Amino acid sequence: MAIRERLSGNEATAFAMKQINPDVVAAFPITPSTEVPQYFSTYVANGEVDTEFVAVESEHSAMSACIGAQAAGARAMTATSANGLALMWELLYIASGSRLPIVMACINRALSGPINIHNDHSDSMGARDSGWIQLYSENCQEAYDNMLMAHRIGEHHDVLLPVMVCQDGFITSHAIENIELLEDEKVKAFVGEYKPQYFLLNKENPISVGPLDHFTHYFEHKRQQAEAMKNAKKVILEVSEEFYRLTGRKYGLFEEYKTDDAEVCIVVLNSTAGTTKFVVDKMRQEGKKVGLIKPRVYRPFPVDEIAEALAKFKAVAVMDKADSFNAAGGPLFTDITSAMFSKEVFGPKVINYIYGLGGRDVRTDDIELIYNKLLNIAISGKVDSVYNYIGVRE
Amino acid sequence: MSIKDCSDVKCRVENLEKVISPDVSWKDITIGGMIANAGNAELFNTGDWRSMKPIWIKDKCKQCLLCYPVCPDTSILIDNEGKRTDFDYKHCKGCGICAKVCPFKAIDFIEEV
Repeated sequence: MAIRERLSGNEATAFAMKQINPDVVAAFPITPSTEVPQYFSTYVANGEVDTEFVAVESEHSAMSACIGAQAAGARAMTATSANGLALMWELLYIASGSRLPIVMACINRALSGPINIHNDHSDSMGARDSGWIQLYSENCQEAYDNMLMAHRIGEHHDVLLPVMVCQDGFITSHAIENIELLEDEKVKAFVGEYKPQYFLLNKENPISVGPLDHFTHYFEHKRQQAEAMKNAKKVILEVSEEFYRLTGRKYGLFEEYKTDDAEVCIVVLNSTAGTTKFVVDKMRQEGKKVGLIKPRVYRPFPVDEIAEALAKFKAVAVMDKADSFNAAGGPLFTDITSAMFSKEVFGPKVINYIYGLGGRDVRTDDIELIYNKLLNIAISGKVDSVYNYIGVRE
Repeated sequence: MSIKDCSDVKCRVENLEKVISPDVSWKDITIGGMIANAGNAELFNTGDWRSMKPIWIKDKCKQCLLCYPVCPDTSILIDNEGKRTDFDYKHCKGCGICAKVCPFKAIDFIEEV
């Protein structure tokens, strides 16, 4: 029997970490992820885990400590947000380039400046090309579930890449929801022991990590790393299938909500997908054929699958909670449209909405407005503006 | 994709040559640039970086070996009789410390051409 609880997203994340019982957790507090290491340090103090908790002086050091620990042969975890993630920037590449499957809880928050502690996706989107697998979570349940699956994905022999589990700061990180937790033994059996093939503290088979690579071999290593990211897609599906058999909770590369006969569709990440589901239900009662696609796996980007899923719509709106400042569209939008182009999916009209920056509320009215815009495009076949903002004072 | 588990030295060395050879493909190279054994710096030709070059003048050399301990690249080769021979130009980066330290001006230091 699963345990019924009520937890915030941060508590759920920390609870998952407790059940995983990693060897090392190194973290520096930053809003809104502070609670994760805070709760976790309580578990350490109470002897509920045998983790070595490393209280560092910055996020740069937190990621460095995780890299050192993981290279040594330990399972290492951390949590961060916004500028903390930005401060880890160079180490993110070292973790992925050294193929160290560290797991991080990324509690999404706007990057300063101006200073802002609320939720958008500018932090994780900034790290989207750092070679980390990125999973996004709509609510506390998904944050917990993704956390339990993260090690299995990252540590798989064909992958060996670090994994970032994202959720919306304050919106899910601090909001208490009903949640179903797995029993400790089940988590232990599912996550399993970490048995790295090569690690620094193995005196039987000594290795060096982090060599000078230059133009002679760096390219080969990056090519190999890119292949690992491609492999990750299959592994994510395998691990999710196993998780489904264990819990009955089904996860894929993305979730399709009421898309079967839908004419128009919104693509949106994390908690806004929940708000959108509410709008879909409401508009469906009015007989409007609207649907939702919620990407769960953003890196690796499910390019073929998502293009194929979008092919049947007449109009699609991609909502980005981060701007790329490329004068062309947000990060999710440019990925979606390039996926469609490369798969020769030219049917749907695709528009972009930048929304919710710095924690600006996205209301059901806003989403309904977008759906109505899409329904109009579906009828007229005309797009007046591709790159749009919603919720900003014009 | 990964290096073999090698218990004996021979296997390690064979594998090592494979993983860091100049023509290794991305399919065979070790993950993340991991190095499987010590002593492989020898396979890395750092002599390419040199812009200045030391020249050993055999006739002036008194075999005092003062140059030997100061070389940061172990590029001064010693034969079986304990006498220095010519430079290891594959690894000498041309720092010039040997020329500076030589009391007999037996090492010239010239521009690499």
